[in-house]
Amino acid sequence: MSSFENGWALTLIVFLPAVGAAAVLAIPKAQEEAQKWTALLFAGVSFVLSVIVAFQFDYGAADKIQFGPDSTLTWIGAINSNYAIGIDGISLPLLVLSTFMTVLSIIYSWNHWPEPHNPKVFSALILVLATGMAGTFVALDLILFFVFFEVVLLPMYFMIGIWGDRNKVTIPVLGMETEMRLYAAIKFFLFTLFGSAFMLLGFLALYFKSGLETFSMISLSGGGAERGLEGLAVWVFAALFLGFAVKVPMFPFHTWLPDAHTAAPTVGSVLLAAILLKLGTYAFVRIAIPIMPEQSQNWAPVIGILAVVGIIYASLACLAQTDMKRLIAFSSVGHMGFVMLGIATLTDIGINAAIIGMVAHGIITGLLFFLAGSMSHRYHTREMARLGGNQKLLPIMGGILGFTAMASLGLPGLAGFWGEFLSLLAAFNPLDGLSIPLFRTLMVIGAVGTVLAAGYLLWMLQKVNFGEPSDEWLEHEMHDVDGYELAAWVPLLVATLAIGVFPKIVFGATTDAVSEMVRMAFGG
Amino acid sequence: MNVSLDFHALLPELLLTATVLGVLIVDLLPVRKQWTAVVGLVGLFAAFVPLLTLGFCDSLAFCEETAVRSMFGGSYVIDTFSLVLKGLFLASAFLAVLISAGYLERGRFWEGEYYFLLLCSVLGAVVMASSRGLVTMFVALELVTGPTFLLAGWRKGNARSNEAALKFFIVGVLSASVLLFGMSLVYGTTGELTFSGIREAIVGFELADPGFSDLPLLNIAVLFTLLGFAFKIAAVPFHFWTPDTYEGAPTPVTAYLSVVSKAAGFVGLLVVSYQAFATLRSIWGPALWILAAASMTIGNLSALRQDNIVRMLGYSSIAQGGFILAPFGAAVSSGVTGAQLEDAFFATVTYLLIYAFMNLGAFAVVIATAKRIGSVDVNDWGGLYQYAPGLAGLTMIFFFSLAGIPPLAGWFAKLVMFRSLIGVGNWGIALAVIAAVNSVVAFVYYARVVKAAWFDPVPEDVLTGEARSAYVAPTLGLAMGIAAAVVVVVGIFPAVLSELGEMTKVFVAGF
Repeated sequence: MSSFENGWALTLIVFLPAVGAAAVLAIPKAQEEAQKWTALLFAGVSFVLSVIVAFQFDYGAADKIQFGPDSTLTWIGAINSNYAIGIDGISLPLLVLSTFMTVLSIIYSWNHWPEPHNPKVFSALILVLATGMAGTFVALDLILFFVFFEVVLLPMYFMIGIWGDRNKVTIPVLGMETEMRLYAAIKFFLFTLFGSAFMLLGFLALYFKSGLETFSMISLSGGGAERGLEGLAVWVFAALFLGFAVKVPMFPFHTWLPDAHTAAPTVGSVLLAAILLKLGTYAFVRIAIPIMPEQSQNWAPVIGILAVVGIIYASLACLAQTDMKRLIAFSSVGHMGFVMLGIATLTDIGINAAIIGMVAHGIITGLLFFLAGSMSHRYHTREMARLGGNQKLLPIMGGILGFTAMASLGLPGLAGFWGEFLSLLAAFNPLDGLSIPLFRTLMVIGAVGTVLAAGYLLWMLQKVNFGEPSDEWLEHEMHDVDGYELAAWVPLLVATLAIGVFPKIVFGATTDAVSEMVRMAFGG
Repeated sequence: MNVSLDFHALLPELLLTATVLGVLIVDLLPVRKQWTAVVGLVGLFAAFVPLLTLGFCDSLAFCEETAVRSMFGGSYVIDTFSLVLKGLFLASAFLAVLISAGYLERGRFWEGEYYFLLLCSVLGAVVMASSRGLVTMFVALELVTGPTFLLAGWRKGNARSNEAALKFFIVGVLSASVLLFGMSLVYGTTGELTFSGIREAIVGFELADPGFSDLPLLNIAVLFTLLGFAFKIAAVPFHFWTPDTYEGAPTPVTAYLSVVSKAAGFVGLLVVSYQAFATLRSIWGPALWILAAASMTIGNLSALRQDNIVRMLGYSSIAQGGFILAPFGAAVSSGVTGAQLEDAFFATVTYLLIYAFMNLGAFAVVIATAKRIGSVDVNDWGGLYQYAPGLAGLTMIFFFSLAGIPPLAGWFAKLVMFRSLIGVGNWGIALAVIAAVNSVVAFVYYARVVKAAWFDPVPEDVLTGEARSAYVAPTLGLAMGIAAAVVVVVGIFPAVLSELGEMTKVFVAGF
């Protein structure tokens, strides 16, 4: 094996953006062009490498860990933690998605710097974020995973806090009035930190109490570790669940999400929706199910019920929104509900559905947030009541918005369809041992959720796109989509369509890996 | 009695003593007073060299090999643990002198005397790391604390500084007498002065009388000794002097107190608990469990309400002290194994190593920013990043490291702390959960400083005229640079420091 396949490819994909961040920070503040090009260069090389990896990936052995180093590389000897990285069919699509969205975010930012303008720090933050995101998807050591999982917090905190929404809000409970960005930034951080503190305790308990004394996800999986935990297993799963569920976010831990999404600058919302939410669901698939299959079965009904409650709750919440960005944010909670429902069935169909659902949601909701950002950039408002007639003012943008909304509501032929359809299908027939009546009920309620989703997205389209433009815009000259926007969006549109008509792009990687994982975890 | 001295082993202490005298002599010479700082820095650096030759004795030709260098009837020992901790004290003192240099010059303080006292205190800390007997330890501890009483009052014209010194002095004397009382009881019951002798005597009692029903005094002796140290490390409820002293003392002195002086207290606690009272875990385990839980909770909750950043850091250091104490709580569990005790010891030492750099860095940033805007009120720090991006970046690094956010070094300290607790049974897990909740609470006030520096607008009433000068004393800049480099590098490659912590494990393994 070449050194490229022997860990170097993944290492470069993960750490090139971090090196890029340092390089951008080293460029003097005035040279904005140089900063942008440097950022694009590092993110671009990282993306190209991930595409090369995707082409060299052996799809015949998608269930095997590939591209990892041959030998064990010790990272922290004192606590027996290793630099263990690698990808299989489950992580590959998400890895490519994360590098892809990073590049598009930088392209979109080219002429869309949110206030206060500071391309240097902003692009450095995007790049640090990219390292954290890609790293989470390749880490195979629990401590390494934890570090990457947490590294994304800092850049997002600063993105929301510095470039976020400056409108005033009143903090619930405390009754203090503050700016939206400040409230959202600290809320986002505290929620995630709370979850991940307990997640870390769970990881440590897995290390010691399982009797295996290893942080390797591979060695811990298969159920042996779980049996070693005995009575503690339920608590360990609870700790992991808390960490992952906050990040997803699942109902009732979702309340940070609408605030963070609404307050974040456009690129922040895009990356938050497209990648950061996937870290939680990915952790369920990568860590919770393989390492703790028995507890996963015990908890599956709870997860399923919370997922469906999330779907319905989010849909109803969407119908009550007046702010376009907030509506899209709540729709994310709903879509992640479908992903979690798929995972809760613990079948290979369900988990495949979850992964394609993650990819599709990343692309589609990412695009929706781009659109919402560009529209509020032009109209200086996100109030849907004032945006009516957008289709007449900005025909191309309106068209893209229509297409994306259709994709988001799960129109067959577009990417969003597969995740929703297959996770409902999987709920019809969950893993042996799970309650069939319960999951079929969840399926029916989830199906109602898809109707509601169609309802709120069409309602949004109707309010934003259709009708006559209000008089307040007559004076303004509106620019339709510009080149940078097209450059960032067309790839997403193509991907939406491509995955929609040819889902094998994702399933080709995931199917074998998922069935092998399910077989390992639950036998048969 | 034939006293033979191992001069190689004593070289760090001898060099430091020479430096202390050197500072006094240079102070008398007709040269600029900054030379006293230079002498101090050179002396600290020189004292570091023999630590390396002692540590790598095996691979050095001229070095005469001995297993463990023990002197004065076993009450002064140079082993790996003492070498690592001496290294920490010297490195922290080096940074503390760098931080002090610009501050003293600007404030027109007495410089020669300042460095003389500071280095005396460092000498005490270095001796502390090797003390393995009641008398040596007491003398070392008083040598650490004594000079700092004076240093705390160095801002002579300032009422708060006077209050700080007086409060510190009274509490310090009280804690010394409590400690001395405890030590005298230990001596009275065991009849031994060295810790190894005390340990053997206690083992002997245990064989004769399991449960010590004849020796209730031993419980009191242990608890009073611990109590004396609890004052030094500012553990709740013995912390009341801390915020006032920290706020009133000159900030470089506060930085020194919160790191070197505190670490010296922890070294004493480590040695006494894991060596002298090694078999009495059932007494000190629960006591320190409670102190740890109380310190982190009360420290964090009090810090939430502070607007003065120095005071906030004072409470923060109480809370961090709780985190450092937490691994001691692992000893509560009766079924704890030798390896688990080693892990607990390792966790405390590693936390101390990391804490020293991030806390010194945080104080250095506070000093630099306070010079810039003339205020340590968190609300006045608004918009720091707009006019001093470097300082704002360093604020982020040190405060988020204290909060334990990866990839900054603090996360690893927290990790090893949790790690030592999770493996040892339900009491350990309970303390780990308390610590986990506390680390979230702590984030709120650390983030408040970062929020002010990065997100808030520049307040109108700061930054006028002279205060706008962007000058940061080069020594202070160097101190911040070193601390930041350590915090970032250790955050990404924790093995750099954890290997040092790992080496000290042999200390516990010996008992």
